[in-house]
Amino acid sequence: MVGEHSSKQYDQELEGIRSKVLLMGGMVETQFEEALNCFRVDNQELADKVMADDHAVNQLEVQLDDACSHLIVRRQPTANDLRTVMATIKVITDLERIGDEATKIARTAKSLHERGMVSFNHYDIVRTISRATADMLHDALDAFARLDGKAALQIIAQDDEIDYEFRTILRNMITFMMEDPRTISSALDTLWVAKAIERIGDHAKNIAEYVIYVVEGRDIRHSKVLATERAEG
Amino acid sequence: MMTSMMMTQPMSTTNAAPKNKTKTIEISGLDFYYGKTKSLKNVSLDIHDKQVTAFIGPSGCGKSTLLRTLNRMYDLYPGQRAEGSILYRGRNILEPGVDVNMLRAKVGMVFQKPTPFPMSVYDNIAFGVRLYENLSKGEMDERVEWALKKSALWGEVKDKLNKSGLSLSGGQQQRLCIARGVAVKPDVLLLDEPTSALDPISTAKIEELISELKGDYTIAIVTHNMQQAARCSDYTAYMYLGELVEFGETDQLFMTPAKKETQDYITGRFG
Repeated sequence: MVGEHSSKQYDQELEGIRSKVLLMGGMVETQFEEALNCFRVDNQELADKVMADDHAVNQLEVQLDDACSHLIVRRQPTANDLRTVMATIKVITDLERIGDEATKIARTAKSLHERGMVSFNHYDIVRTISRATADMLHDALDAFARLDGKAALQIIAQDDEIDYEFRTILRNMITFMMEDPRTISSALDTLWVAKAIERIGDHAKNIAEYVIYVVEGRDIRHSKVLATERAEG
Repeated sequence: MMTSMMMTQPMSTTNAAPKNKTKTIEISGLDFYYGKTKSLKNVSLDIHDKQVTAFIGPSGCGKSTLLRTLNRMYDLYPGQRAEGSILYRGRNILEPGVDVNMLRAKVGMVFQKPTPFPMSVYDNIAFGVRLYENLSKGEMDERVEWALKKSALWGEVKDKLNKSGLSLSGGQQQRLCIARGVAVKPDVLLLDEPTSALDPISTAKIEELISELKGDYTIAIVTHNMQQAARCSDYTAYMYLGELVEFGETDQLFMTPAKKETQDYITGRFG
């Protein structure tokens, strides 16, 4: 899509950054998936692994931040290169936060299963939201890898569904807790997990917004642009 | 529908609508020939009042040629001619009958290599002023001091005004040339790669000077250093093979260029 730089070294540096971002994306995707598995069935070892993996994700964030600073000081990127670097710095922050949320899910899952007093099917409650969020995260990373602005617009729209689903879960859990106070602790745990998943959806949405910034050069965060474009079909 | 269309327009990519509406120079349909070689092809753009306009592009793209048409510097060479129109303050300067000397007093030029005259620092500046004005000794002293202060050189040369201009360092010589250009109180300053032979500190001083001078003058600068264009200009024109590829506000051109050719050049994906 974009040609090569006269400087091969510059191309290699940009490609190095890009592939590390994708590696980091793959890592948090796995973290999220494994965290949901621990929530579904008791698996203390896997929960520990998810929490341990967060360290590697954090390290990658630090490395990538450093690589971006170096690229700026050495190459003074402009236009799409500059937008790519700026977006990368922001994308990795979102990825790191997704890692944190996945860790939170794993930790909650671990304590939930340790206490072992779940009186309702807790996983069923988050099944829909977690599937939608996992898809959204995957698509957002895919759009970033392929610099696909159209796909990014669709992804942003999906976040509303996730938010809606979260509110449904919230009402649902309140009902459980009111009907039977013995469910309070597990209902709260389930709610924390649902909240963490909902936050991951927000981060995936941010990533999609940065894709649009890289591709089109416009910053659509906190604007009504998207709603307008959707209304126009 | 209209409002929604407008909302989808990104804020930053408004076309080059000037903040300052006054145009000092309006170039339209400009062609330039070196003998039979056509080296500018139908160039049209406006240079805005008290703004810095930068011209960038690879060697041979015509940016220096364009600059040299703005004060008819090319007149000095046989076989070179320009067609089209260049309105300077409403008057077409390409027409015969234009007083070229007065034009050059109004549209001053500083070249790539510092070119001080082989005379004292003081006379380097007074020389040009004497051509156009009849000043008393006192007035001339004031003018020289003013020009040297304007070009941020006064502090360094005030004790050696009688020394040869050639004894100054490269950066000082270039600022002396700018002082010489400023001394005749021009309207427009044309800078043709003014810092390409200078070290980073002298370069920084000249860039600082450009931003100060634009309060009083309209400035056009040709530079090979894209970062320099990004740093010190308000508008940037990207030229290639004698054509104007893109012209717009500098920030926009470097962040979100409209043309792929511009993007390839400024990101270093060229050739």
